[in-house]
Amino acid sequence: MSAVKVGILALQGDVREHRQVLESLGVEVRQVRLAAELEGLAGLVVPGGESTTMSRLIQRFDLLGPLQEAFAGGLAALTTCAGTILAAREIRDGLPDQVRLELLDIVVRRNAFGRQRESAEVLLEIPAVGPEPVPVAFIRAPAIEEVGPGVEILASYRDEPAAVRQGHHLALTFHPEITGDPRLHRLFLSGL
Amino acid sequence: MSQNGHVETGTARVKRGLAEMLKGGVIMDVVTPDQAEIAQEAGAVAVMALERVPADIRAQGGVARMSDPSLIKAIMGAVSIPVMAKCRIGHFVEAQVLEALGIDYIDESEVLTPADEENHVDKWQFKIPFVCGARNLGEALRRISEGAAMIRTKGEAGTGDVVEAVRHMRSVSQGIRRLQGLRGDELASAAKELGASLELVREVATTGKLPVVNFSAGGIATPADAALMMQLGCDGNFVGSGIFKSGNPLLRAKAIVQATTYFDKPEILAEVSEGLGEPMVGISSSSLRPEELLAGRGI
Repeated sequence: MSAVKVGILALQGDVREHRQVLESLGVEVRQVRLAAELEGLAGLVVPGGESTTMSRLIQRFDLLGPLQEAFAGGLAALTTCAGTILAAREIRDGLPDQVRLELLDIVVRRNAFGRQRESAEVLLEIPAVGPEPVPVAFIRAPAIEEVGPGVEILASYRDEPAAVRQGHHLALTFHPEITGDPRLHRLFLSGL
Repeated sequence: MSQNGHVETGTARVKRGLAEMLKGGVIMDVVTPDQAEIAQEAGAVAVMALERVPADIRAQGGVARMSDPSLIKAIMGAVSIPVMAKCRIGHFVEAQVLEALGIDYIDESEVLTPADEENHVDKWQFKIPFVCGARNLGEALRRISEGAAMIRTKGEAGTGDVVEAVRHMRSVSQGIRRLQGLRGDELASAAKELGASLELVREVATTGKLPVVNFSAGGIATPADAALMMQLGCDGNFVGSGIFKSGNPLLRAKAIVQATTYFDKPEILAEVSEGLGEPMVGISSSSLRPEELLAGRGI
């Protein structure tokens, strides 16, 4: 069995929490801040954080081209919250020139549920990872308002898709890494 | 919500969780909606809405209070990143007002004139998370016991002199390393010495870190300052007067954001530090009289 190599885009955000979950599953993890660090990866986690901040850093350090090239070459993405905003085909309530990776055919609205006082811990039913609901956190969360025909909805929250899959990309509007439940990371790794 | 189980807002996990999302980022003091937009454009992860930056509070003197809600609302309306605001130490009604405004984080701050010299706000009573300043491990753990969901160094705000932030960050780290070296039966005495709960002291001794995110603040004025604090182990940076008291705020704000991400890459730090114009003039914190130091408030 070849060692699966997974990276975490480490420009800003909750990199440490993703690293802890992945390492608890015995996965070798590499932090990615430079294009050269994408080399040889099978999967890339795009973490939670501020999507506008990550966007500005991707622009300033010319990472958009190398990222798109890596994804076109078969790199799979697990995106949470801000990461899912970056992965969308269209962003609502973003900055006019915000970076889009266009990994999934989804339309995402930033801060769709309001401000921090609406942030919540939720027990979410996600049948794809088992019958027991998954404890997750929605933090100033976005919502997936539209999905294209190739997108599979794995879970919903407040009547909007919250976990979706297209090909080997898995996009979540919430944070399983904050509560530490490893099942969604395991699902992602099983597709690599 | 038939497809979902339990939903709970305002938990310790979502309060601390928002701070986790700010890690590796820069939170900038702003006094107008225009400045907030510049900060967002530069890549700030959040802004602190204020009427006066600490350098002006220092220069003008008088009682420094919570900002006018109309200013805070205008800044909240101008940007889509999180907005924080300050209340006076112990002024739980200012905190209630900020919560009612729907602010994302409250900074119970020594930069404002303390309202209570004995007690801090009981932060567990709020659904909105709090960040508090600390000079050492004991202060940090006392604030966490009171419900703070994020800690920052106090530094010496409004000086542009990083020396106090360095002192405070090193002091917290040294305090943690010391606990890690103690035997289990020595922790109760250490807790007493620190003025902190034994439960928290045990947790820190085991994990080797604070249970909440720890930013630096107070005197950060250059990209190299920001990277210095990151290399000393902080999770991100607050920059107060350092940006909008400088010659070219947008350029400097961007450079500090970039330096916070690439804090351990000297070639990138050299590149982003070039041609930023005048930094804030600043005041050496060793030239301040004891009564002019803000960090001694609210210990």
